[in-house]
Amino acid sequence: MSAQAEHKEHGSRLYLIVWGWLLALTAVEVFLAYEKLPLTTMLVLLMGLSIVKAALIIAYFMHLRFERRSLALTLVPPLLICIILLMVFFFPDSLRLLEWRSS
Amino acid sequence: MAGQATLWSGGESPYAINSKKLGMWLFIISDALTFSVLLVAYSYVRMSNPRWPTPFEMYPAITFSTIMTFCLLSSSVTMVMAVAAAHRGQRSRSVQWLGATMLGGLAFVVLHANEWMHLIHEGVTPFKNPWGVPLFGATFFTLTGLHMTHVICGVLYLGVMALGFGRGKFTSQDVEVSGLYWHFVDLVWMFIFPLVYLMSTKM
Repeated sequence: MSAQAEHKEHGSRLYLIVWGWLLALTAVEVFLAYEKLPLTTMLVLLMGLSIVKAALIIAYFMHLRFERRSLALTLVPPLLICIILLMVFFFPDSLRLLEWRSS
Repeated sequence: MAGQATLWSGGESPYAINSKKLGMWLFIISDALTFSVLLVAYSYVRMSNPRWPTPFEMYPAITFSTIMTFCLLSSSVTMVMAVAAAHRGQRSRSVQWLGATMLGGLAFVVLHANEWMHLIHEGVTPFKNPWGVPLFGATFFTLTGLHMTHVICGVLYLGVMALGFGRGKFTSQDVEVSGLYWHFVDLVWMFIFPLVYLMSTKM
């Protein structure tokens, strides 16, 4: 079967709804930036919202939700594993530097 | 399953997409790792420096960068419209939407260059800045600079695509592939904007 035959056409309504959500989440982020929150709480909230936005863009704008499942399973998990490994290796070191500086 | 047995003998397309699209997806994954590494490096130096400067004021920095986010998100929507029009075979409509997308990208670049000039006038360079930790400038210009390079390349790519698609040189599949790149540039900004700007607002 060809890619063209499988290609589903989606109304522009869906894209406009996704756009609305993305703008709303951005507004929440800008609002949060001016709240007096502890740095780590702020980081977790902002990154959480950004991951939701990224997922919306990938799923709907980049159409990954409507491709075969095998494509998403090939592309996304390796990326996530690499990013998690980066964090696992670097952040303990960064915190240790912080300890040394303050002592 | 019968389908999987024949997968190994070739002639099957396991992802059911054309090779250009698969190529663009693979490029996007590797480019995503480049940006992830830069963001992790930025977070690393930021975390180990307790006195990291937070100089971005409501106006101009945060206002401008919020408008820039709006420009990129809106240009993503016009890009989706361009791809949809291309698939329906409406060539000139698609080229118009591509033009709108390029305008969004150009607005982003102009606003961002403006913001850069503002910081440079305040004395921020990659090696020093008026607020202390010199790495602030290095990470700021590396992250936003690489992203801006991607936006500029994206605008050129879309320009080539609009010209070629208008003349019938490219197919609607090619427009869709250029759309993937454009959405990725938008996606990266969704991480740079909160990490670089919103985490460093001047209270």
